[in-house]
Amino acid sequence: MSLRNIGIVYRKELTEALRDRRTLITTFLVPLLMIPVLGTGFTSVMSAVIGSAKKEKARVAVIGGGDSPAVVDALKQNPKLNVLQAPGDWKNQVVEKKIRAAIEIPPHFQENLAKGQAGTIKINVYGGELKSEMAASNAESALKEYRDSIATERLAANHLSAELLKPFDVKRQNIAPPEKTAGAILGGIIAYMLILMCLQGAMHPAIDLTAGEKERGTMETILSSPVSRTHLVLGKFLLVVTASLITAILLLFSVSVSSTVLQKSGALNQMADDGEPVPQLALKPAAIGSVVIMTVPLSVLFSAGLITIALFAKSHKEAQSYIAPLMFLVVIPAIAAMLPGVDLTPKLAIVPLLNVSLLCKELVTGEYQWNYIIIIFASTCVYAAGALYLAVKMFQRESVLFRS
Amino acid sequence: MLPGKSLQNAKTIDEDGTVIEAVNLRKTFQDKKRGEVKAVDDVSFVCRPGEIYGLLGANGAGKTTTLRMLATILEPTDGTARLCGHDIVEHPERVRQHCGFLSTATALYPRLTAYEMVEYFGQLNGLDSATLKKRIDEIFERLDMNGFRDRRCDKLSTGMKQKTSIARTLVHDPPVMIFDEPTLGLDIMTARAIIEFIRECRDRGKTVIFSTHVMTEVEKLCDIVGIIQNGKLLAEGTIEQLRQRHGLNSMEEIFVKIVTPHYKEAV
Repeated sequence: MSLRNIGIVYRKELTEALRDRRTLITTFLVPLLMIPVLGTGFTSVMSAVIGSAKKEKARVAVIGGGDSPAVVDALKQNPKLNVLQAPGDWKNQVVEKKIRAAIEIPPHFQENLAKGQAGTIKINVYGGELKSEMAASNAESALKEYRDSIATERLAANHLSAELLKPFDVKRQNIAPPEKTAGAILGGIIAYMLILMCLQGAMHPAIDLTAGEKERGTMETILSSPVSRTHLVLGKFLLVVTASLITAILLLFSVSVSSTVLQKSGALNQMADDGEPVPQLALKPAAIGSVVIMTVPLSVLFSAGLITIALFAKSHKEAQSYIAPLMFLVVIPAIAAMLPGVDLTPKLAIVPLLNVSLLCKELVTGEYQWNYIIIIFASTCVYAAGALYLAVKMFQRESVLFRS
Repeated sequence: MLPGKSLQNAKTIDEDGTVIEAVNLRKTFQDKKRGEVKAVDDVSFVCRPGEIYGLLGANGAGKTTTLRMLATILEPTDGTARLCGHDIVEHPERVRQHCGFLSTATALYPRLTAYEMVEYFGQLNGLDSATLKKRIDEIFERLDMNGFRDRRCDKLSTGMKQKTSIARTLVHDPPVMIFDEPTLGLDIMTARAIIEFIRECRDRGKTVIFSTHVMTEVEKLCDIVGIIQNGKLLAEGTIEQLRQRHGLNSMEEIFVKIVTPHYKEAV
């Protein structure tokens, strides 16, 4: 009889949930549309910005340099630079982003150079601004090339080999697998959104099935039926977990579809440096599977927690005002996990939410540290069981059910 | 437990024919402003099958709390009651299988249809689907509900809602019916239908307890009247007994006479 009753309650709550527009929106529409709208929009803007910065022929101004035509020529030879004579207010123009950089060549630079006196060329740049930094580094490399050519000439004049200057070469190469490069960027964001969706999906049903039921006056009706309160709350809880899991799974589905589409569209190619592998965004099935498994105890935790809190409220509105602050509590660890340098440690592995966020970040990149996976799964299960126990206990309390 | 069997068990009555027996029921609440409130204070009574027991009292007298305890929606602080031999504290689930509880506060699930609403309660009462279907068809026919059987409860008129609520309480054919101010806030026609329904329950041999503060309902319906104030049962008896005891004819006069010495306006 017992399990049967939980099933009956669950089925009835499911019927009602499927007829509730708000539940349908928060469970199905939000996770499906959030990623394409937010994610794709964000990434395409990003890659468009980076792409246009790379393509741009940057306007750089030369200050002085009238008596150093060879230096100016060296700059002009760089195809990504559009070299101009500096206007009087070049500082303002750099700040106003009309000019990307201003290159100051001291007077008699070339003359002194010929005499063997070293001078300094200054590149004025708008620090932190992507296009300005790129123009400056292009100018810098053009100048360095020119410097090297002079050094080579001087060595040749003294019948010395150019290799004297460079006894050996240093070269850097990115050997991180392409999916990890993207994982490091995206893993944190996916974990953050997953936690948010897990909570968001559970929120409306949890309120509707507790405070909403009080508000509509059906609580007393159902309490007069033979179903025990434990079975009643478990049936309700299962529905809330279902909604939360569906929301989370749809989010992952949406993430993987959007990322595959994005990958195929070639928008990501803009983000990779020349010669480096293009980041692989598309999630592997194993990564998705393992994240879904981690989501289960998380959903249980959120659902039970939300039911416990919402049960205190007498109305939908009141419940919402109790739950709003909870959002911050949940979002803070999720954001902390996104910060670079925050990595899993044994201590962090038992911090609720933060541990799951950090783990999801790793799982998305295809990294499986089994000891952490076990600790985090187990500890989340313990928190979830605690929350569920609390929800069941609350449902037995008259002072909560009939709070006036 | 087989559903058919449970209904037969339901007919078991205590040896002296008592179906409801409340023994020293007490309920205290903690109130932030007033401190400890004795909502029900040592109330005992019995109800027998084929009788309507009317609990008469002003607002806040303790009627609702008493009935909620009988329906096991609230647990007594002290004392107990038995319905069809089942203790409300020890076997609340069995008690609920044996009673139907109806009040103006017991609403319907807005997103279920009238049929689904009644079906849900039938299922929770352990009826198997064949029995349940037959039972619902029967009730819907009797209450003339087939016109709106598949309409959602939030789209029903007050009268239709009332019928659905009645069907909900009847679906498991309980031997005890508990009505908590069933006519409160209803229009005359719907209220009349409810009164008619309560009478019908009695005529079918059910034990009925109901609370009200409407004197005419008491005079029309009750076999036994209990007058309650400040959580205490002040007087009890048939209407005739009360009339003789107090030398008054109108129920209202009797009520006022009994309650006045104990009446404190609710703070």
